[in-house]
Amino acid sequence: MPTRRLGGAIVFVAAAAATIAVPLVHPMPAYSLNLLMQASTYAIAVFGLTIVLGYTGQINLAQAAFFGIGAYCVALGTTTFALPFWIALALGIVLAGVAGAALGLTTLRLGGHYLAMVTISFQTILSLVLTNWIPVTRGPDGISGIKRPTVAGYALTDSGVYLALCFAALWIVGFFVWRLGHTRLGRHMQAVRDNELAAGVVGVDTYRTKVIAFTLSSVLGGFGGGLFASGFSYISPDQFSFAESVVFLTMALLGGVRSPFGTALGTALLILLPEWLRFLKVVYLAVYGAAVILIMVFMPEGIWGFAAGLVRRVRGAPTEPAASVPPLPLTTRTAQSDGTTLLRVSKISKHFGGLKAVDEVDLEVRRNEVHALIGPNGSGKSTLLNVLSGLYVLSGGEIRLEGEAIGALPPHERAARGLGRTFQNIRLFTAMSVLDNVIVGAERPGNPVEPGSSARDLARAALGFVGLADRAQRSVTSLSYGHQRRVEIARALAGNPRLLLLDEPGAGLNHVEKDDLVALLKRLKGHGLTILIIDHDMNLVEKVADHITVLNFGRRIADGAPGEVLRHPDVIAAYLGEVKDRAAA
Amino acid sequence: MGIALQLLFTGLGVGSIYALVALGFVLIYRATNVVNFAQGDFAMLGAFSMVVLCIDLGWPYWLGIVLTIITMALFGALFNLGVYYPLRHRTFLPVIISTIGASILLENGVLAAYGPRPQSLPGVFASQGFSIGPVFFDSQYLTILAVTVFGVALQYLFFERTLLGKKLQAVSQDKEMASLLGIPVAFMIALTFVYSATLGGLAGILVAPILFVSVQMGASIALKAFAASIIGGFGDVTGAIVGGLALGVIETFGAAYISVPYKDGFAFLVLFVFLLIRPQGIFGERVAEKA
Repeated sequence: MPTRRLGGAIVFVAAAAATIAVPLVHPMPAYSLNLLMQASTYAIAVFGLTIVLGYTGQINLAQAAFFGIGAYCVALGTTTFALPFWIALALGIVLAGVAGAALGLTTLRLGGHYLAMVTISFQTILSLVLTNWIPVTRGPDGISGIKRPTVAGYALTDSGVYLALCFAALWIVGFFVWRLGHTRLGRHMQAVRDNELAAGVVGVDTYRTKVIAFTLSSVLGGFGGGLFASGFSYISPDQFSFAESVVFLTMALLGGVRSPFGTALGTALLILLPEWLRFLKVVYLAVYGAAVILIMVFMPEGIWGFAAGLVRRVRGAPTEPAASVPPLPLTTRTAQSDGTTLLRVSKISKHFGGLKAVDEVDLEVRRNEVHALIGPNGSGKSTLLNVLSGLYVLSGGEIRLEGEAIGALPPHERAARGLGRTFQNIRLFTAMSVLDNVIVGAERPGNPVEPGSSARDLARAALGFVGLADRAQRSVTSLSYGHQRRVEIARALAGNPRLLLLDEPGAGLNHVEKDDLVALLKRLKGHGLTILIIDHDMNLVEKVADHITVLNFGRRIADGAPGEVLRHPDVIAAYLGEVKDRAAA
Repeated sequence: MGIALQLLFTGLGVGSIYALVALGFVLIYRATNVVNFAQGDFAMLGAFSMVVLCIDLGWPYWLGIVLTIITMALFGALFNLGVYYPLRHRTFLPVIISTIGASILLENGVLAAYGPRPQSLPGVFASQGFSIGPVFFDSQYLTILAVTVFGVALQYLFFERTLLGKKLQAVSQDKEMASLLGIPVAFMIALTFVYSATLGGLAGILVAPILFVSVQMGASIALKAFAASIIGGFGDVTGAIVGGLALGVIETFGAAYISVPYKDGFAFLVLFVFLLIRPQGIFGERVAEKA
C-alpha cells in the first residue's frame, strides 16, 4: 500500500504542477483562456456538490446562487467599495457559507423533496434580488470593471497568470475534497447518504453532518464564484439563475458525483461540449436534457463511477490476508461486577395514535447476561427496541443505562453511551466497503480505543471476530445475506458496546448460518458482553438466553429464567392459543 | 373594498391553476414517492398544443381541446415509459434528476421547434366577462374556477366510488401488498402518469389565454404549485387545493400592495415560513421512517 500511495502522490503533484505551468509558459488565445477559466472556477463550485450530493446524498439546487453570492461580493467589493480582491473574496466565501449554514440549519431536518424545494426557493429569491435591487446590484445590466488580485505586489492582470491561479485553487480544493472522503467526517457523510437511520444508531450525528456538508458546499460555491467574477471582469444576474444550478448539477452527475475526479471531468466535458456540438445549434439544450435522463438510466454513477466499476471488475474482488488480524479487545472493560443492572426500563410506552404498541413495560437487563425478548408477531418487540435505541420517541416511562436516564437522547448520543444494535432488515452502508462500514462503528464517539491502536485496527479485529477478515475490502452488497448480517454485528461490536441490541439476527438465515450465529453469540457471551436479543426461533433463544421476557399485545406477560418462562401457561397460550378455544373449535 | 374583492377573485383564479398542477404533483407523488419536476411542462405542452391546433391550423376551439387532452394522455404514458419506468427500483434522487432532465428536454425541444417568441391564445368565450358592483368577473378566470371545482369533484368520486380509483389508492399506499392482491402496479402507475399529464395539459389550456404561451411558462407555474402542495401538506389532495388557492391569493395581494417585481418571490417566502413553523403543512401529518 505505502508504495502505491507514494506513487499516487507523485503523479498527483506532477499533474498539478504541469497544468499550472502550461498557462504560465505557453501563450493561449483569449478564447481558450476564457473557456479554461470558466471550467476551473465552475469545477470548484461543482466540488461542493460532490460533498453535499455525492458524499452526503442531499440535493442542492441552489449552487448557482452560492456561486453568485461569491461573484457579487468580489464584483461589488472591488468596484463600488474599492476593497482589495482578497478581502472581497473572503467576504464572499463567508457570506456564501453563512447563507448555506442558515439554509441548512433550518431545513436539513426535513431532507428529500423539501430540501429540493427550499433550495429552489432560495435560488429564485436570490435571482429576483440580483435583478431588482438596482441601487446595489445594478440590476440586469450587471457589473463591469471587476478587479483582478495582486500577489506579492504583482498584479495578475495577465489572463494566463490568472488562469494559473485558478488551476492552483482547483487542484488544492480537489485534493481536500478527495481527502475528505477518507476522513471520519467523510465516512459519516457517506453513512448518512447510504442509510441515515443506521448512521444515527452507530453514533453519527446525522443533522450536524448534513449541515456541515451543506455549509462546505456553499463555501466552495462562493469561492468558485469569486474567482469567476474576477476572471471575467463582468457579471450579470442571468449567470446565476436556476438554469445554471441545473447545469452545475448535471456536471456533477455526468462525471460522477461521488468522486472529485468525476466532478472535474464532468465540468470540463459540459463546458467543452457546447463548443463541439455547435453544429446542433438550437437543439443543443434539448439533447442535453435527454443526456441527463440517459445518464440516470444507464450510468447512475457517472462516467468516473462507470469506469471505476469496470476497473474493479477487471481486477477482481480484493482479498486481505487474515493472518495479521488483531484480536478484538472485548473483554477488557466488561470484567466488572457481575449480575448488577445495566439497563433498567420502567413503565415505558409507545403509542401510535390510539394503538398502544408498547404499554407500560418494565425490563431489567443485568450485566454480562444474554437477555431475550420474545413474543408473537405484533407483540411490540421491535417497537420496544426502536424506542430503546432512540428511533421512536418515547410516549412515557423511563430508560436508564447504568443509572443514567437516556430516554430523551437522540440515537447517536445513546450510541455514544455504549448502546449498539443491529436491524431486523439489514441496514448497511451499501456503497461503502465492508471495512469502512465497520470503521464507522469503531469511530463512534466515546469508543474506548486503546492507545496505539486505530479505529481501523479495531474494525479489522471486529471483522476477524465474526470471521470476515478476508472480505474487508469487498463492497458489502457483494456479500451473501448471512455475511451481511455478520458485518452488521461487527459494525456494532467495533464500537465496544456496553449493551448490544440484536433485532432478529436469525431472520432469513438457513440452518447452517443459524448454527454459526449461535456459535458467535456463545462466544460473545463467553466474553461477557451484555446482549438484549429478539428472535422468533425458540431453539436459538433457548440455546443462548440467560433470561427471557415475553411480550404480548404490548404488555409484559412473563419474565424469568428460560425453563420456567417457556412453561408458563400464559406464554404457551400466547404462542399456541388457549387450549379451551381449540377444544371449542 | 372593491379592489380587495377584485384581487380576491383574480387570486382565486390564479390559485386554481396552481391547485390543478399541484394535484398532478400529489397524485404522482402518492403513486411513486417521487416529485415530478416536469409537471409544469405538461401545462406548457398543453398550451402549445392549443396554439398549434387552433391558431396555426385554425381548427375549432373545442376540437383543439379534445385533441390536446388526448395528446397529453398519450404523452403521459410515454413519459412514464421513458423517464420513470427504467428507474422505478431506484431511490428518489435519480428519479428527481431524471424528471429535471425531462423538463430541460421538453422546454428546449419546444423552443427548437417553435422559437422563442411568446404566442397568445384567445379565451374559451368571446365575452370578456361582466361586472357585479365594483368587481369585474373575467370570463376566463370564471372558467378556470368552474373547471377546477368540477375536476376536483370528479376526482373525488373517481377515487372514492370506483374500483379503479380504489386500486390506484391501494398502489399509492403499499405497492408490494397491492401487487400481492393481483393489482397490476406498473399499469396503475402508468395510469397515474396519464392522468397527471392530462391534468397538467388541462391547466395549460386554461391558463394559456391569461399568460403568454412561452416555453418558460410551465416552470414558474410548477414551482409555485409545488410550493402550494407543501404548504397544504405534501401528499394530501385537499392540501394541494387549499395551498394552491391560498398561494394565488397571497401572490395577487402581495403584487398589488407590496411590490410587483418581487411578485414571484412571495410564494417562496411563504413556503420558507411554513417549513420553519409547520413543515408538515396545513393538512399533513408527520410520518416517521420504520426501522
